[in-house]
Amino acid sequence: MTILLVLVAVPLAGAVVAWVGERMHEGSARWVALATTTVQGALTVMAMSTATVAGPAGSGGNGLVALDGLSGPLVSLTALLGIVCVLASWSTRRGPGAYFGLLLWLQAAVTAVFLAANILALYVAWEAVLIPMWFLIGVWGHEGRRHAAMKFFVYTFAGSALMLVGILVALRNGASASLGASAFAVASTAQPAVFWLLLAGLAVKIPVWPLHTWLPDAHVEAPTAGSIMLAGILLKMGGYGFIRVALPLAPEAATAAGPLLATLGVIGIVYGAVMALAQTDLKRLIAYSSVSHMGFVVLALAVGTPAALTAAVLVMVAHGVTSALLFLLAGALYDRTRTLEVARLGGLQRTIPAWGTAFLFGCLASLGLPGLAGFPGELLTFLEGFEAYGWWMVAVAVGVVLAGVYNLRAVRRVAHGPEVPAWKGLADLDWRERLAVGLLALPIVALGVWPSLVTSAASPVVAALVARMGR
Amino acid sequence: MGVLTANAYLAVLVPLLASAAVGVFGRRSMQLSCWGALAGSVSVLAVGVACVLEPAGRRSVSLGWLASSSGELTIGWHADGLAAIMLVVVGVVASAVVVFSLGYMRRDPDPGRYFALIALFTASMSALVLADSLVTLFVGWELVGACSYLLIGFWYDKPSAADAARKAFIVTRVGDAGFMLGLAVLWGATGTLAIPEVLGRVAALPASTATVAALLLFAGAAGKSAQFPLHVWLPDAMEGPTPVSALIHAATMVAAGVFLVARMWPLFAASPAALQVVLVIGCVTALGAATIAVTQTDIKKVLAYSTISQLGFMFAALGSGAWVAAVFHLVTHAAFKSLLFLASGSVIHGSGTQDLRDMGGLWRKMPLTAGTWMVGVLALAGIPPLAGFFSKDAVIGAVMQRSVPAGAALVAASLLTGLYAFRATQLAFFGRWRGDVQDVAESPAVMTAPLLALAVAAAASGAAAGPVSRLLGAEAEPLSIPIAVMSVVAALIGCLIGSGVWGRDAGVENALPRWLERWWMAARSGYGIDDLYRRVVVRPVIGVAAISYVLVERVIIDGIVEGIGRATRRLGHGAAELQNGDPQRYAAWIAVGAIAAVAVTVWLGR
Repeated sequence: MTILLVLVAVPLAGAVVAWVGERMHEGSARWVALATTTVQGALTVMAMSTATVAGPAGSGGNGLVALDGLSGPLVSLTALLGIVCVLASWSTRRGPGAYFGLLLWLQAAVTAVFLAANILALYVAWEAVLIPMWFLIGVWGHEGRRHAAMKFFVYTFAGSALMLVGILVALRNGASASLGASAFAVASTAQPAVFWLLLAGLAVKIPVWPLHTWLPDAHVEAPTAGSIMLAGILLKMGGYGFIRVALPLAPEAATAAGPLLATLGVIGIVYGAVMALAQTDLKRLIAYSSVSHMGFVVLALAVGTPAALTAAVLVMVAHGVTSALLFLLAGALYDRTRTLEVARLGGLQRTIPAWGTAFLFGCLASLGLPGLAGFPGELLTFLEGFEAYGWWMVAVAVGVVLAGVYNLRAVRRVAHGPEVPAWKGLADLDWRERLAVGLLALPIVALGVWPSLVTSAASPVVAALVARMGR
Repeated sequence: MGVLTANAYLAVLVPLLASAAVGVFGRRSMQLSCWGALAGSVSVLAVGVACVLEPAGRRSVSLGWLASSSGELTIGWHADGLAAIMLVVVGVVASAVVVFSLGYMRRDPDPGRYFALIALFTASMSALVLADSLVTLFVGWELVGACSYLLIGFWYDKPSAADAARKAFIVTRVGDAGFMLGLAVLWGATGTLAIPEVLGRVAALPASTATVAALLLFAGAAGKSAQFPLHVWLPDAMEGPTPVSALIHAATMVAAGVFLVARMWPLFAASPAALQVVLVIGCVTALGAATIAVTQTDIKKVLAYSTISQLGFMFAALGSGAWVAAVFHLVTHAAFKSLLFLASGSVIHGSGTQDLRDMGGLWRKMPLTAGTWMVGVLALAGIPPLAGFFSKDAVIGAVMQRSVPAGAALVAASLLTGLYAFRATQLAFFGRWRGDVQDVAESPAVMTAPLLALAVAAAASGAAAGPVSRLLGAEAEPLSIPIAVMSVVAALIGCLIGSGVWGRDAGVENALPRWLERWWMAARSGYGIDDLYRRVVVRPVIGVAAISYVLVERVIIDGIVEGIGRATRRLGHGAAELQNGDPQRYAAWIAVGAIAAVAVTVWLGR
């Protein structure tokens, strides 16, 4: 319990130290951030090993924070991406004190979202995520940063305002504030209202088609670390919130909404892939691939069996590391070329071989190659989806083919082909970038080979959750 | 021996570790990388031989991998007779190819990547053939595809190679989408993906389910084995280094489709309709690809279309119910086709060209290569007593029994096989030298030794009929004399036409009669199927993506979002007008607000 509070407190304290420290000693903020995220990583490992990850969160009492097999993988993902983000932002020139301070604040807030054992604590943390992210995009972003930051903020804030109403309605209708309480569901009559209000906030976050258009703008304009946190973690808050809050609060309404959600998920898979195919900017392409991958999460949530929910967690973690790797590489490339216009790139495998190899690896992971992280979760979603919705899965299969097309098209146009004279002499990945790539590549392989790393933790929790819902 | 049979997973693990070691440490050292990859392929061969010799010690293991609603998805291995045969094939060809590559890739600056990928491919192929569950099989299936992608595009800065690699992956993935749906159907119908259990429950399946599942799996097989209409990637795949073509695109990976059908045989046997489709596709591919092979000018393209055609023979056999004959032809084909590819590699290495029109008279300069090539060509044409004769006879015999028109198509394809084989032989090895390079010489021993080894296999593997049938638990079909005579005569006619016409005049294609020329040009371009796909599939998809991005995404969906944003801002400006300093108006709004607040409270408090 205490260690969980420390998990949130450490990055918060680090944020202050980074901000103050930079004023006293220039160049110290990034070291503070690196130390903080590393300590948080170590603490996460400790917490994961000591926690009884099998039981549902907070089932013991009415605590503020709890760690279980559902939040564990996402807390670990957050800790990992925290370190990666610091490494990716190492050469930030502009206001590093404030920058790393905000990054650590974001880190604390997201960790709190996943650890919260109380619905109000979760909501507070949920909103606390928005503020640092808004600054990170709006101040440290690229040309269109103002508009993108505003769009991101207003869109997600509107969503979470509706979510708050949903929470209040739920509390008025018999829900307990503790997420672990045994009698959690609200009265049947109130369920549709609660579910749809909650979903408004969750669906924007995931994002569910057609509420996704904030995502490409925000991803493209955000600084590298911002994109990594957005794609890697923030989208997962939506799926997590669905399993943790919406499903237990309004199980009947969720079941009723299944077919609609499944439709939107399948549309998202195909639509995101088609949009990725049309992109000329590498970062935007990766952003749309996120829409496609998160469509699998929506589909899995819609199916709602314990196995499908486990698959949703698996896809979320897998997409977390994979998209983080791709955004990291896109950022590293932009630092060198100042452009991500696909037409101007090419032959980078020859020019910067380490970058090229890592990019190829990331794209293979993204297209769902077996042996890498994306495959097990998407396969399980596909099989569970077929049992629930039958031949609609043909559309998903089309999406799987298209994932191959847009990913390999990107490899072909960016990394393969003859060298572009303009980029000759470009520096390859340095040690810190290689370290970041390695930190992401390791779990990508590990999860692909042995998905039980996530599922053995998540599946008992979701099974208990579903059982409690009386489905 | 017992250790190997009981631990068949070593055939996956050793090459996998070798691949990692070569990838990390073998960067610049040709020798080191080559030995690493060789260790991998020899271990596959060792496990294969052990499993052939010691059927009693074979073990299967199944591990839980991923839990689902209706049971657990398992991974594991199962070294039965079919797997043992495949392991031997993979081990032999991979070992020969690795040794050959030591000479062929001598000047390549990146041997570590090359041999690491070869070893990774070997490991994936072993996983595919040893799979005890469809999940494991699919993992191996996709990984060999990825290795194929990476090796076709080995020289990635060459645009044609990079394009070919991508095309190969995507075309086979279209088939794999079918495969995945097939998995889902079987999963839904039988509640398991463990192969023995699925096959055990096939009998209880409704006929329509069996047909659907079989056809979906066949879609995957057709993609992998380059069957019409998914054959278009294989000719392009010749952009890869020639030893890779021998290993992946002739002997092993492309035969995985045949293996899949053989592995899932009871499922296919349960569906006559699916078998009918397999038979038709096999015959169409066998005959169609043979006609294209006749017209190709690139020595590797001749072999590529020949491979497609021969795989068509195997599918025709499967479609006729003769799965043992199909596996037998798979084995002999692996031997003689990898031999032919490596011999063509030796030719390319020595002469510096792949264009048959620029070759000629090479037998004098490269006698060993020419001799082994001859063995391969005769085996391919099905001339007794070489290997191809026995297996092709078994195939045609089985197909004839099932359907005479289909059998006739295969006999015609056999004639064409002799024709294109001897056309290529004439153009490359006989006549006068038409190339520019003058100092053409025989390849070094490191390249000719594997040729000799494979030549022995191509000559003698016809004798494998008995062992193959025994391992598969079936009776060897006796040789059918009338069929044998018919197919040999057809093949001989083809051989005579091929060597006669092109022996007289190597440039005969430039002066064809008008009616023939039309067809010749069409066949040379693969009947324009590539072009058709480009116009009907590729461009429309890209076009639809571009248009829908602008129209649906930017104008409609994001337009609404941005529109709401703008409207809200305008509303804000409008609302600002309300604050105009008029106290009466303020009082009125306060009253409205209060009433609304009370109403909401009452409603919520119901």
